[in-house]
Amino acid sequence: MSDRVPGVQERGERGPVRRKGVGVPTSGWFDPRGRAIGGFAFAVNRITGLGLVFYLYLHLTVLSLLLRGEQSWNDFLKLATSWAFLSLDVLLLFGLLYHGLNGIRVALVGTGVVPNRQKALWWSLGVIGTILLIGGALHIYGSM
Amino acid sequence: MSEAGSTRRFRVFRFKRGDMDWHFDTFEVPVGPSSTVLDALRWIQRKLDRSLMIRHSCLHASCGTCGMQIDGREALACVTAVADLGGTVTVEPLANIPVLSDLVVDMEEFYARFPDEIGSTRASEGPAGAEVPEGIDAYERFEDCIECGLCLSACPVSATSDEYVGPAALAAAQRLLEEPRGVDPAGVLDWAAAPNGAWRCHAAFECTEACPSDVNPAARIMQLRSVLVRGGAKDGAA
Repeated sequence: MSDRVPGVQERGERGPVRRKGVGVPTSGWFDPRGRAIGGFAFAVNRITGLGLVFYLYLHLTVLSLLLRGEQSWNDFLKLATSWAFLSLDVLLLFGLLYHGLNGIRVALVGTGVVPNRQKALWWSLGVIGTILLIGGALHIYGSM
Repeated sequence: MSEAGSTRRFRVFRFKRGDMDWHFDTFEVPVGPSSTVLDALRWIQRKLDRSLMIRHSCLHASCGTCGMQIDGREALACVTAVADLGGTVTVEPLANIPVLSDLVVDMEEFYARFPDEIGSTRASEGPAGAEVPEGIDAYERFEDCIECGLCLSACPVSATSDEYVGPAALAAAQRLLEEPRGVDPAGVLDWAAAPNGAWRCHAAFECTEACPSDVNPAARIMQLRSVLVRGGAKDGAA
């Protein structure tokens, strides 16, 4: 009988799960709409984490130039001391500082040491990170 | 909706069982200075489209049934003023919970995440020194959590995994440690220490931002972790 009643079969099915974000369903963690500091901190932490993994492989690839001889390495060094390449170093420094300092914040908050101070920690470590980033950038560009 | 006012455009998520896919319908809704999103949705239901499915009950943020995403942010529609929103308001069902129809999600899947021992009432903090009337043992009140599901929808970890039990369930577990009410804390801690429990949280704190009831689920998860780090429920609560 239930086969003849409209909608009975459909009502038994599981509905779709709405996800945040645009594009692929798993982009929900990246949806910036209405997020607060903690949400942005989490998203940037993931992005810098992915960036650092990418850099690790890039670094190993670059080091493999040594296998091609001295000339190959010297050619790379010319490129590596250009303004544009050094800017990538500053970007790398940002990724390292952000991921490392946010890691300290998450560890302090996430183990219950200061569970209610995540925003204050973010701003405090943000100031420290910005100072270190500016100092590092001046040092990197000063080496040109 | 009785006040004279302007018109707002509402983009409303639509899905019915048997549909191939979801879509958005757009409605022009007259609103007044004190209109809420729930007012607008009920007006759409009464005047424009009787098939629009919404869930609500108390109209004053106590029952938690009208939770939804309003312009991408989790909120209770009954206390979200349209005046605080833009010219076009996008309304979607809660994320990370299966949609039953339009803006109604299957809360059974949300409730199933909670530990079995959860209680819905707690010892009342007040009135201090008041005499307890004859016939009752002590004053009690409802837990702060109204089980609206906003925290689960806002959680970025839940966005990528249905296995994670989510903020509300973990906050409820922490409450059981805080006030065991005859429940064995060891069992609750075992449940919380599971791979999809407290350690799955990535401390984004979006649950706390979304919570309309001051439960502060994220801090409770961190307190739960603190107990786990210290090796159990020796101290009871964090």
